[in-house]
Amino acid sequence: MTFFKRYARNYGALIGLAILLVVVVLAFAAPLIFPVSPWQSVGDPLLAPSEDPAFPFGTDMLGRDIAAGLAYGARVSLLIGVISTSVAVVIGVSIGALAGFYGGKVDDLLMRFTEFFQTIPAFAMAVVLVAIFSPTIVSITLAIAVVSWPPVARLVRGEFLSLRSREFVQAAIVIGQSGPRIMFTQILPNAISPIIVTASLMVATAILTESSLSFLGLGDRNMMSWGFMIGAARTMLREAWWMSVFPGVAILLTVLAINLIGEGLNDAMNPHLRGRKG
Amino acid sequence: MKTLDFLLQRLAKAILVVLGVVILNFMLIHMAPGDPASVLAGEAGAGDEKFIAQLRAQFGLDQPLYWQLWTYLKGVLTGDLGFSYRNQVPVMTLILDRLPATLLLTGCAFVFSLVLGILLGVIAAYRRGSVADSVVMTSALVFYATPLFWIALMSVLVFSLHLDWLPPFDMESIGANYTGWARVADIAHHLVLPTVTLGLFFTAVYTRLTRASMLEVMALDFVKTARAKGVPKAQVIRRHVLRNAILPVFTFASMQAGQLVGGAVLTETVFAWPGIGRLMFDALLQRDYPVLLGVFLVTAAVVVLVNLIADLLYRFVDPRIEAAS
Repeated sequence: MTFFKRYARNYGALIGLAILLVVVVLAFAAPLIFPVSPWQSVGDPLLAPSEDPAFPFGTDMLGRDIAAGLAYGARVSLLIGVISTSVAVVIGVSIGALAGFYGGKVDDLLMRFTEFFQTIPAFAMAVVLVAIFSPTIVSITLAIAVVSWPPVARLVRGEFLSLRSREFVQAAIVIGQSGPRIMFTQILPNAISPIIVTASLMVATAILTESSLSFLGLGDRNMMSWGFMIGAARTMLREAWWMSVFPGVAILLTVLAINLIGEGLNDAMNPHLRGRKG
Repeated sequence: MKTLDFLLQRLAKAILVVLGVVILNFMLIHMAPGDPASVLAGEAGAGDEKFIAQLRAQFGLDQPLYWQLWTYLKGVLTGDLGFSYRNQVPVMTLILDRLPATLLLTGCAFVFSLVLGILLGVIAAYRRGSVADSVVMTSALVFYATPLFWIALMSVLVFSLHLDWLPPFDMESIGANYTGWARVADIAHHLVLPTVTLGLFFTAVYTRLTRASMLEVMALDFVKTARAKGVPKAQVIRRHVLRNAILPVFTFASMQAGQLVGGAVLTETVFAWPGIGRLMFDALLQRDYPVLLGVFLVTAAVVVLVNLIADLLYRFVDPRIEAAS
């Protein structure tokens, strides 16, 4: 059975893919659909969603279009979600691979290091990092990466530990391949499916973390994000429910979609596990 | 391994983690853009030359780095987490003042999510494939994807502003000055929304975990044997399956203390709950870095302590662990 057929057996995963496609298109097309910056006021303040057909999602207290904010917010969420996860995967794979392949003291040391990062409260640490280095898209992305790599390291270490003793790896050692070459060309390709599944779920968590940071005011001041919109809507909760409801639904749908895709990937890549999670 | 050895080993590990956080804080103070003294002073204190000079002397900022680290460590060991210029009190005093409120909130949310999560997970596994199963699992999926701070705002919108059932802010009614049981009831009333908000995400996690774990155990041979002997299904679930399935849930739950603290920062911010999460948010607004770093250190220490206690409890709950080690 082809990969996509296996993936498509999971209806949730198909729905997730459809939602994510919409979000991705929205993110890319934002400047085309909304040529005016989402920070610019374009209408009367506090228009409810039904009041003016030009603003189907209403406007905020400064007359900014909520729909434009939603579209531009998608860019920030996806950008930070994907890049911070990529950085976290690079860190996690490096540490996990070294620990699992070399074992012994190296393993001990690297795993203590990983445990340390796994124990300390991740979100509090992200808050401290972003606050101290001042919130920019780079500091936010790096802070999320720094707090989210440990599960990858543990996973990769486990895979490397079990693959290390397999015949094909032993054969590569016997013919004299170097350590890094064995790690990257022999073992890593065999460990890639669980890494991809974990990474896809991490994108969802990263998006949640980013939105929480920008809700607290730790977002990049130059970029409109969903978390920021909800944060700004806090004081207008009674007067303008739409200001906080729509960005929240946007986060919920995006994160849900990515989680569904992650589960679908899991089913498609590990067919023997299918049904175990029910 | 003997229990005492185990205890000492775990304790050493815990201390090392806390020490690691202290060193991390120290590094952050020095890696931050600008002068370490201005980080230690916070934005409010940075303009006060006298205060900056005092900080330079106190932390030996003109001394070599290792000496500064030693001075900083000594300070932390004696409970000195710095001074909040903004609030004109030591950071430790601020934190100790706020800690009980956070422990109350996170404790309630933890119990709420664990009890409800296990209950829903058991129901879903017991009636696998039924409507109840679908409803429970779909809700779990949704709450797992919902930002906590948004649930908080939405529950304020619905239950406080529209229905007026529950208070949206604070821990006690302002100016009511209740005492005794009336005060307890008042706090409990204020506690409902924050607890449920903070707990729902974790409820979703525990529900999924319990269901998966139950289904795994239900497929094992000893369950079939029990059923074949004629033990009723409900009794098998209760006595045989649940007891075995619940351990992974407990293990996982005990590792969630750090996450719970992160959730508390957001929950307390929305509900103006007077805990250290709210303190952290205020420190953010005021660029009060000593408070920020202090809260980070204390929460890390609390999390390490909780993990340590969980580890020890676990040893008593599951005798297999001792046998295995």
